[in-house]
Amino acid sequence: MTAALEAVDVTRSYQLDGLTVEALKGVSVTIERGDYAAVVGPSGSGKSTLMHLLGGLDRPTTGVLRVGGRDVADLSADELAEVRNATIGFVFQAFQLLGRTSALDNVAMPLVYRGLRRPERRRRAREALDRVGMGHRLDHRPGQLSGGEQQRVAIARALVGDPQVLLADEPTGNLDTRTGDEVMALLEELNSEQGVAVVLVTHDLEVAARARRSIRVRDGLLEVDA
Amino acid sequence: MRFAEAWRVAVTALRANRLRSLLTMLGVIIGVAAVVVLVAIGTGAKQEVEDQVNGLGANLVIVVPGKLELGSAPTKSRLELGDADRIGRALGQPGQVAVSLASGETVRYGSRSAFTTVNGTNPAVPEVFVRPVARGQYLRQSDVDTRRRVAVVGAGLAETLFDGSDPLGRSISVGGVRFRVIGVFEEVGSSLGTDRDSEVHIPVTAAQRLFGDERVDAFALKAPSTDEIEDVRRTALAVLAERYPDEEFSAVTQDQILGTIGRILGLLTTVLAAIAAISLLVGGVGVSNIMLVSVRERTREIGLRKAVGARTRDITLQFLIEAVLLTTIGGILGIALGVGGSLALSAAFEQLPAVVTWWSPALAFTVSAAVGIFFGVVPARRAGQLDPVVALRTE
Ligand SMILES: Nc1ncnc2c1ncn2[C@@H]1O[C@H](COP(=O)(O)OP(=O)(O)OP(=O)(O)O)[C@@H](O)[C@H]1O
Ligand SMILES: [Mg+2]
Repeated sequence: MTAALEAVDVTRSYQLDGLTVEALKGVSVTIERGDYAAVVGPSGSGKSTLMHLLGGLDRPTTGVLRVGGRDVADLSADELAEVRNATIGFVFQAFQLLGRTSALDNVAMPLVYRGLRRPERRRRAREALDRVGMGHRLDHRPGQLSGGEQQRVAIARALVGDPQVLLADEPTGNLDTRTGDEVMALLEELNSEQGVAVVLVTHDLEVAARARRSIRVRDGLLEVDA
Repeated sequence: MRFAEAWRVAVTALRANRLRSLLTMLGVIIGVAAVVVLVAIGTGAKQEVEDQVNGLGANLVIVVPGKLELGSAPTKSRLELGDADRIGRALGQPGQVAVSLASGETVRYGSRSAFTTVNGTNPAVPEVFVRPVARGQYLRQSDVDTRRRVAVVGAGLAETLFDGSDPLGRSISVGGVRFRVIGVFEEVGSSLGTDRDSEVHIPVTAAQRLFGDERVDAFALKAPSTDEIEDVRRTALAVLAERYPDEEFSAVTQDQILGTIGRILGLLTTVLAAIAAISLLVGGVGVSNIMLVSVRERTREIGLRKAVGARTRDITLQFLIEAVLLTTIGGILGIALGVGGSLALSAAFEQLPAVVTWWSPALAFTVSAAVGIFFGVVPARRAGQLDPVVALRTE
């Protein structure tokens, strides 16, 4: 079985005012199905950059990146969008929910781009919201929900398309410790019970310790992958 | 489904910014309304002229000396009364050629007077033109032959001079000479800027003496059918060419008159509508501007949608629909305003007979949709091509 995500010696550099900033300097990492990995490292070390690459949101400057077994270099932007839609679920630190839209429609949104009809989208969205314990808040707008509830809705949105991998960049960064713990428990549960691979960036060493795998990034390089 | 979603998102976005959407539409509304109103006025004017020209009679051919061109000075007439007979004989319809020798004169009755057009004519006039007599009778051949001083007056003039009392049999003074009123025309209104209800018709021979002129100004003929108009034209011109080899004459039909006037009015309408369309263009620039603002405001939403699988064209479509909705809703409001304005105008001013044709609102709608696409495509493409990582990071 092919790995869900695979990065082989990827680099990513940015041009900034004529200067080249190397955010990643050659990283190889493989995320298997059902994996549970924490990405840790100091600020500016390249964690978010790595997550964007793994999720097919960005392309490596050099190196090979495979998402769901497909080399992103062979894919057009639109094909890559389709691959993201089918295989990846993103959870962001800032939730990134649409403010004027109900929880249900926020969650159903990714299925639009899969070409599903509205009743089917809503049915699946309701299921996903049930799974994260938000089945009672379908019609609430993000502004009417607490931070922890918003992140649950965001997780439901990441789950709704049955992805192989859930990529979460500091999902508890905007939450207090208790709600953060609840969200972490939810991610762990999804991983163990539904087999979704979870890769999460965190500054919380306790959280990292609970992960099966710890990927330590420093200065654009992989320090430890264990 | 993707289209439905793009549509829903666009509508939601417009409704979330109601006031801004309305203000943005205002440019389009005003532009479309102006175009519709101006086209309606132009069309109305054209129709009015057509009605007037066609109201003169059917299958008319007017013969005048000289070359009839726009802006050319009127030529001194060489036509004689006898030429009318010659043309009539050549056409096999003697006595069916109307003649005209007209001049402005003061007409008096008692203490009342009016300066008006005095037209020296012959009995063929009611045969050729639609010129019904309401009371009394029209001029007879014997009136022309004996140069009798009799007159048929227009309904308006009769009202001015006689103020309701019966004009028949009364003596009026035309240019200082006494004429007896033998008939009153029915009211026909004005055509091509002349008030035909204030005219006086007198026998052409009497007019020649009154004006001190041996000539006549023009002839008018009526072809038996539309198909024969061209024959009548040619024959009339041929007769005159034979008699006056060195002179030029024109024989114009109603279609030719209408064609010329129609072209002038059409050009005028086009120019005015084009000027109005500039405001539509300015409205389009406003739409473009507000769409760029909308794209900027929703950059993170765009980033998110792309992250979860939206393709470039999904995003582009969403913003293009938003732009086209802005301009077409504006267009529909503008059409409503324009049609309403046109109707109000023609109701308020009799001399502005605005006529709304089916095609001007249709055209205005199409143009406003095109404006939306044209001015929406740049912001929409910019939205579609945003890099998701960059878009998600914007504040
Ligand atoms: N678009 C960009 N243009 C230029 N430099 C960038 C860009 N994105 C990231 N970088 C640089 O790349 C490096 C890695 O950034 P990245 O966001 O991956 O760090 P991080 O590990 O996620 O940090 P944090 O823990 O603070 O989120 C940083 O030095 C950053 O300044
Ligand atoms: Mg980061």
